[in-house]
Amino acid sequence: MKSKKAGSNGFARFVAVRFLLIIPTILILVSVVFFVMRVTGDPITAALGGRLPPEQLAVRIREAGYDRPLIVQYLEYMSNLLTGNLGNTLTDNQPVMSMLTTYGTATLELAIYALIVAFTIGMPLGRIAAYNRDKPKDAVLRIFAIFCYSTPVFFMGLLAKLVFSVQLGWLPVSGRATVGNEIAMLNNLNTPTGIFIVDAFQLGDMSVVGDVLMHAILPSFVLGLLTAGTFLRLVRTNVISTLYSPYVDAARSRGVHESRLLKKHAWKPALIPIITVVGMQIAVLLAGAVLTETTFEWKGLGFMLSQYLKARDFVAVQGIVVLIAIIVTVTNFIVDIIAAIIDPRVRYDG
Amino acid sequence: MMADNANLFNRLPIVSHLRKSVGLQRAMLITGLLLCGIFIIVAIFAPVLAPYSYNQIKDSDGKLFGSRLEPGSPGHILGTTVGGFDVLSRVIWGAQTAALAIVLAVLFSIFIGIFLGLISGYIGGWVDRVLVVLADAIYSFPSLLLAILMAIAISKGESSLWGGIIASGISITVVFVPQYFRVVRAEGIRIKSELYVDAAKAIGVSTPKIMFSHIFRNSTRTLPVIFTLNSSEAILTLAGLGFLGFGIEPTAAAEWGYDLNRAMSDVTGGIWWTAMFPGLAIVLVVLGVTLVGESLNDLSDPRLRERRSGKVEETEITPIPIDQVTEANHE
Repeated sequence: MKSKKAGSNGFARFVAVRFLLIIPTILILVSVVFFVMRVTGDPITAALGGRLPPEQLAVRIREAGYDRPLIVQYLEYMSNLLTGNLGNTLTDNQPVMSMLTTYGTATLELAIYALIVAFTIGMPLGRIAAYNRDKPKDAVLRIFAIFCYSTPVFFMGLLAKLVFSVQLGWLPVSGRATVGNEIAMLNNLNTPTGIFIVDAFQLGDMSVVGDVLMHAILPSFVLGLLTAGTFLRLVRTNVISTLYSPYVDAARSRGVHESRLLKKHAWKPALIPIITVVGMQIAVLLAGAVLTETTFEWKGLGFMLSQYLKARDFVAVQGIVVLIAIIVTVTNFIVDIIAAIIDPRVRYDG
Repeated sequence: MMADNANLFNRLPIVSHLRKSVGLQRAMLITGLLLCGIFIIVAIFAPVLAPYSYNQIKDSDGKLFGSRLEPGSPGHILGTTVGGFDVLSRVIWGAQTAALAIVLAVLFSIFIGIFLGLISGYIGGWVDRVLVVLADAIYSFPSLLLAILMAIAISKGESSLWGGIIASGISITVVFVPQYFRVVRAEGIRIKSELYVDAAKAIGVSTPKIMFSHIFRNSTRTLPVIFTLNSSEAILTLAGLGFLGFGIEPTAAAEWGYDLNRAMSDVTGGIWWTAMFPGLAIVLVVLGVTLVGESLNDLSDPRLRERRSGKVEETEITPIPIDQVTEANHE
């Protein structure tokens, strides 16, 4: 039989191989983006072309080194990347790194809220749909799920704004906090985290906490529902398929009660594919964040990405894309590892 | 002869699925087909159906429509926009733009994806490894962001009707190629060890012929499902591009996403109809395509039901690492 040691070695090797795969993935993405963006020309002309006389433009291009062969620039960019130097943005001339941390926290906050919404709505409803397979409840829930991912987030956002902000006047139209509160958090705190809900609690003013939460409700639900629909469908199909797998049949034949089968036997194995999908959903969430942030003027990476793109600030865009590439690849890595840890086939084998 | 024709007709993808379906499944499939049918008819007959052109702001007498007319105004059932366009006409013309972009995107990605998938799956070796890593990298990246980058690189932000549609089409293609690639490659690997492929090799059939007539023909079973899933994603991507302002110019064509972008500021002023109708159009088309896609999916091979229940690719990546681990453990 296999010894415990062989099993853990196999696992370690799997982790190592999977970890090594991160590097080419990030390299490929960064390279693709670099060349795709440079097809249109150098960043200086793109950002300032037409606003400066050609001679001045040429001087600035030379100063920045954009007149050198593309491959030289590429190698330089890559070596700078390794040392964590992403350059300065062209439009507002701030280090890309600090831009990323400023707006990244806003996106992180939104993504966490959206994931919470997605889990709390998608998982239980998916389970209910699976328990009531092919009954009216199931039908209603499935149609709800389809609507969730058929509606573009920005349309859902506009509708939500129309109803809850304009017609009913319950919730703010846009932004992350009332301007006064935003300034208060920035000025009165020694270490503002940039995650507004944390900062609001640090400030200790409950009206600010309320204000921040009110601003977060619509964007979180709009972005969260998109993912909730996917979770619902996935939980449903996975629970249904595990319910009819041989080991559940075996338990059923031993007289295990049907509700226990659902809660214990079929539930946990059904979650494994979901963990993988959560990883994939991070990419969907980030793309959705671009649209949601634009709809609600939530000043995060997505909102800024579209602003920088319009200004043709390719240095900033590249910085954001590199960060997204790293987030996506690392999440996929973590998710694969978790899936391998949880999967009984791995555990029992070891 | 007649019987043969009927038989062939019954074996066509959607027809055979329709015959297999029952109850809710059938209702969903029929609703989806109806919505898709309406979409296609509106797209083809847009010039006849639309009361005005998509960029028209004056009637035949040269009088301006007037801006912000409410729905139900004479001559403008769905009202007019702030810019003075007829909302109904732009919604109808938008169907044509969306249909063109989808057809283009899906055709491009099917050809490129299937071609690369066959090569990778059947020939294997380092070509396969490079292509897989490349496809995985592109696949993991948020598709909308990739499409935006491509749109900017291709059209440099300014676009005519065809320029815009081709740019959007190619941008969406880049996102979809890895999906077709994965599926065809997986099938290629599975089928190439089948006996009949060995037999074909033994009698000296050439490699391209084996790839296309044996492997490709047998791997098409899964394609209708991905095709429908992709079409809905294509509409959402096109609309997303338009909404962010990287799509097709408003004077060159009507595009729902762009109209929603314009409608963003209207909403705060209580003008709901400029957002509502293009938005509903997107939802209905995506809904129609998704209903068809999911029904085909659920009705396909029951053995694969669990694996292919979500988007195909989502669940497909799990088994590989786990197999590697278990294989390692067996050593």
